[in-house]
Amino acid sequence: MDAGPVLWVLSQSWSWKSVRRGRAKPMSGVMKRMGMIFRAKANKALDRAEDPRETLDYSYQKQLELLQKVRRGVADVATSRKRLELQLNQLQSQSTKLEDQGRKALALGREDLAREALSRRAALQQQVTDLETQHATLQGEEEKLTLAAQRLQAKVDAFRTKKETIKATYTAAQAQTRIGEAFSGISEEMGDVGLAIQRAEDKTAQLQARAGAIDELLASGALDDQSGMHKDEIQAELDRISGGSDVELELQRMKAELAGGPSSQQQAIEGGTGEGQSQQQPTDTPRFDKQ
Amino acid sequence: MGDRIVRIMGEGQVRLAESHLTELNKLDDELLREMENGDGPGFRRTLHALLTKVRELGAPLPDDSLEPSDLILPSPDATLEEVRELLSDDGLIPG
Repeated sequence: MDAGPVLWVLSQSWSWKSVRRGRAKPMSGVMKRMGMIFRAKANKALDRAEDPRETLDYSYQKQLELLQKVRRGVADVATSRKRLELQLNQLQSQSTKLEDQGRKALALGREDLAREALSRRAALQQQVTDLETQHATLQGEEEKLTLAAQRLQAKVDAFRTKKETIKATYTAAQAQTRIGEAFSGISEEMGDVGLAIQRAEDKTAQLQARAGAIDELLASGALDDQSGMHKDEIQAELDRISGGSDVELELQRMKAELAGGPSSQQQAIEGGTGEGQSQQQPTDTPRFDKQ
Repeated sequence: MGDRIVRIMGEGQVRLAESHLTELNKLDDELLREMENGDGPGFRRTLHALLTKVRELGAPLPDDSLEPSDLILPSPDATLEEVRELLSDDGLIPG
């Protein structure tokens, strides 16, 4: 009763083993060799079982475990992706802040400060570009794993049906030949998916290490601090020269408005005559209280 | 029964008519030579060509198919080193 699978294994893996020992003409291509290696792997597993029908149950158990692992993998990658998105938002808002500071500094006649703010912003943009690339990588990985989970699920379901049929219909000896194909089909899929999940885990781990570093940088404010100035020193200097409030800035703005006569001011004055108009007012009114 | 089933790792399986094999085998042999010679750019180029041909000529197998593959191709982003390792002794294939 044990002879079946062993013979089958031998017939399948003979040429590869002989190649290794230099007795046969080597297989000349990558895809041929790879196909052979996957088959040999499946055969070895099948060979280990005394009753091939037990292999079916054991394999099914492994399939369910792998399916769970893939689903967890998808979730992990999604978590990493979301974290990256959060960081990207933070970096973007810092970038906007630096741009505002640059504009403010320039309005106050401090070109040196404006230059500093803008060069920090440029360094930040570099980080943003890097993170966007990583984000695309993770998204690709997430898609691949999601599809892999779908394929595996379909195969696991098909395997369960086949397994139950085989167990109900055949004796151990008869089952041997029936099991071979279904088993190597699913074990090949499991090998493939197993590798895919390993790769995804490696990639996520790498990105997570980098994401951790960026979190620390964001928290410490040390990001792109080339000049030795602290992150808030630009803001402190701006606050100092504008007297802690935005008086200087307001003056600048009023001067500009007097010179140009902006329409927004007029709209604010004329507003309030009708319901609809007065509701639009807040968006049109210049917000001097806002930093 | 003249068909061959080919797996593209990370993508799934396709069914190919045997008549296409000569063409694919030539590329496959080239791929192995490039791998053995450590020719990274050549390896990438040939792998890409092989994958494109297989995708173009093959008909995808349904997800619930349990048929084993005759031939297996590395995933498009696999490096020469990774494939070399896959082909070495017991390789990295889990399970």
